[in-house]
Amino acid sequence: MADVQQIINDATKVYGKERKALMPILQAVVKEKNYLDDQDMISIAKALDLSAAEVFGTASFYTFLDTVPRGKFVIRVCKTISCHMAGKDAIIQAIEQLLKIKIGETTVDKQFTLLTANCLGWCHKGPVMLINDEVFPELTSQKAVEIITKYRGE
Amino acid sequence: MNKYLVNLTINDIPVSVPEGTTILDAAKNLDFRIPTLCHHEDLCVAGNCRVCVVEQIGGKALTAACATPVSEGMQIHTNSALVRTARKTIIELLLSEHNSDCTKCYKNGNCELQSLAHEYRVGDHVFIDLVGTRKRVIDNLSPSIIKDDSKCIRCQRCVRTCSELQGVSALAVANKGDHMKISTFFDRPLVEVVCTNCGQCVNRCPVGALVEKTYVEEVWDAINNPNVHVVVQTAPAVRVAIGEELGYDAGERLTGKMVTALKRLGFDSVLDTDFTADLTILEEGTELLTRLKRALVDKDTTVALPMTTSCSPGWIKFIEHTFPEFLPNVSTCKSPQQMFGALAKTYYAQKKGLKAQDICVVSIMPCTAKKYEANRPEMRSSGYKDVNYVLTTRELGMMIKQAGINFQNLEDSHYDSIMGESTGAAVIFGATGGVMEAALRTVYEVVTGREVPFTNLNIVPVRGMEGVKEAKVKIEGCLPEWSFLEGIEVSCAVAHSLVNARDVMQAVKDGRAHYHFIEVMACPGGCLGGGGQPIPTNNEIRNKRAAAIYEEDAGLPLRKSHENPEVKMIYEEFLGAPNSHKSHALLHTHYIPRKRY
Repeated sequence: MADVQQIINDATKVYGKERKALMPILQAVVKEKNYLDDQDMISIAKALDLSAAEVFGTASFYTFLDTVPRGKFVIRVCKTISCHMAGKDAIIQAIEQLLKIKIGETTVDKQFTLLTANCLGWCHKGPVMLINDEVFPELTSQKAVEIITKYRGE
Repeated sequence: MNKYLVNLTINDIPVSVPEGTTILDAAKNLDFRIPTLCHHEDLCVAGNCRVCVVEQIGGKALTAACATPVSEGMQIHTNSALVRTARKTIIELLLSEHNSDCTKCYKNGNCELQSLAHEYRVGDHVFIDLVGTRKRVIDNLSPSIIKDDSKCIRCQRCVRTCSELQGVSALAVANKGDHMKISTFFDRPLVEVVCTNCGQCVNRCPVGALVEKTYVEEVWDAINNPNVHVVVQTAPAVRVAIGEELGYDAGERLTGKMVTALKRLGFDSVLDTDFTADLTILEEGTELLTRLKRALVDKDTTVALPMTTSCSPGWIKFIEHTFPEFLPNVSTCKSPQQMFGALAKTYYAQKKGLKAQDICVVSIMPCTAKKYEANRPEMRSSGYKDVNYVLTTRELGMMIKQAGINFQNLEDSHYDSIMGESTGAAVIFGATGGVMEAALRTVYEVVTGREVPFTNLNIVPVRGMEGVKEAKVKIEGCLPEWSFLEGIEVSCAVAHSLVNARDVMQAVKDGRAHYHFIEVMACPGGCLGGGGQPIPTNNEIRNKRAAAIYEEDAGLPLRKSHENPEVKMIYEEFLGAPNSHKSHALLHTHYIPRKRY
C-alpha cells in the first residue's frame, strides 16, 4: 500500500503549500495509488490548509483523478463518435468477457478496472483504449484481449 | 483615489460613472433594475447565471451586466427585444433543471427565481424537464439547515459565501458538466462536516435549495397544548429586523410591537434573551478577571489567555473544527439563549410554581446555528432539553402572518417578568463589538468603581463594520482588591465573519498578536446580520440594523449589565455569585474538538 502521507510530504517539498500545489499533489497520489480516498483528501487538505470539500471538488472535476477504488490497471475505452463508428462496442464486449466485469467495475483481484473515456484524440486510429498512461490504437477484439492478457501476467 | 469618469448611454440615456463600475451598477444609477440571480453584493462576481445579460450596440454577443465594467462610449440596452428573448430563454432553461414545485416549497413567495419567472411570464415546459431524470436527495439531517439539490440552480452564492465570508468552505463545487453540483466533502450530510450552521448560505440562496429547518408547527402545537406553559425569549437582533418581514424598511425598532404580537400569538410568557445577555456579562466578565488574576497574581502559566467570547454558536462549531487546540481559551459561559433555557426550567419554574417538564422554551433568534446549539447534548442542565425550539426572525414573521395579526397597528407592550428585564448593554449584543462593549462597561466599573472612560459609555473603537477591530483600555485607579490590574492595558480584539476570526486566531497561534480578550461573532455585522435574519441582508441593511441597535441602547435608562435589577435579584435569590457552583452547573458548558472536514 502506498504511504500517502509520505507522498504528500515529498510533493509539498517540490510544489509548495500554496493552493496551486493542489493539482500536482492530487496527481502524485493518484500516480502511486490509482485513486484518492477520503482520508487522502483530508491529509492533502491539512497539508495545504484547504477545506476538504474544496479538495474533493477539485478531484471530482477531473475524470483522471478517481475518487473511488480502482484496479492496478485502469482501462479506458474511448466512447466518442469516431471510435464508436470504428467498433468500440465489440472491444468493450471482448474485455468484459475476458475480465468478467462491466464498465465501471473492478476485478476481484483488484488488477483491472474497465471505464469508458471521452475523446482521447486518436480518432484517426480508432478504436482506441488507454491502460493507465499507455495508448493502444487500431484495436480489434483479439488485439485488445492479447494486450490485456499481457498486462495480466505482470 | 481619483477615478476617471466613463461616459456611456444606457437605454439611450447618457450617464457618467467612475471607471471600474459595472454595467449593472451604472444602470442602477439611472434607476434601471437589471435582474440578477448569482450576483450578491456581499460576494465576488460570478457571472454564471446569465439572467443579467444586456445588449451592447456593436457587441458580438450579449454581455453579463454584473461582470462587465463600463467603457467609454458604450451603448447599452437593458430591455431590447433581443435581451428580453434571451433572458426569458435563460430563465426557462434554469427552470428546466429546477424543481418548480413552488406551491409546496418553503421559499414560496420569497424566491428570486420564482419572481423572475413571474416577471417574464415564462411558458410551461418550453424545454424538457430534467428534474425527474435526476435522483432527488434531500439532506435534512441537520437541525439547522435543509439542502435540496433538486432546487439548486448552481449559482454558487452559497459556495462563495462559505468561502469568502466565512473561510469555511463546507460547500464546494463538485463534478462537472451536467453532473456538477454543490457538495460537501464526499457529499456527506451537513451535520457531519465542518458546516458551522451559520446559515449565511441560507440567507443568500436565491431559491429553496438551502433553507432553515423550520419548527413553526411544533411551536403552534405547544401553544395550543393547554398543559404546556410556553415561554418565549427574543434575541437582541430580532427587534431591529422583524419589521423587514412585515413591510417596514430596514432599521425600524419594533420591540414593543413585537412583544405585543408574541402575546397575541398565545405564548404564556414573553421574556427577553437580553436578560441572560446581561447575566452573561457578569459571568463572562468574572471569568475574564479570574483568568487575569490567575495569570498575573498566581503566576499560573496554565491559564488560557486570550479568552474568547462564546455567545455565537457558529463560532463555537468553527473553533471546535478549526482551532481545537484553543478550546480552553473559549469562555465556558453558555450563550445567552442557553442560559435562558436552563434558568427557565429551574429558577423561573420555581418562582412560578411550575414543573420543568411542563415548560416549553421557544427562542426567536437571528440565527440558524442556535437550532443546532439547542440540540447539543450538553444543553440539558435542567434535566430536560433546556431550549425546546428555536425559530429564526423569518419564522416569527411567518407566524405573525399566519395568525392574521395586523402588526403595524399594534400597541407597544413590555416584556413579562421575571427574566424580561434588560439593559442597553444587552441590546448591543446584537451588533459586532457589542459583547466587548458591554463587558468593558461592566468590568471597568467593577475593577475601578468608575464608569468606563468613554463619552456616554459609547466605546466607539469597537463599533462599526471593519472586519477586525482592536481596542486598548488602560486600567487606572483600581479598587484595593483589584490592585494587581493597576496600570495594565487590557488589549481587546473584535472579529465578525469567520474569515476574520480565522485571521485573528491564526495571528494568536503564530504569536503575532497578543490580546487578553477576543470577541467573535460568526456572521457579518454580528447577530444583526445573522443567517436567520430577513432576506435580503446586505451592507446597507446591516448598517441600518446596527444604527437601530445603538439607538435602542442609547434610549434605555439602564445601560450597564450589572445594574439590571433582575440580574441582581437572581444572584441574591438563586445563583449566589457570578461563577458560583450553581452558576457553573447551569450557565457554563464545555466544548468538543471536532474533525477538520
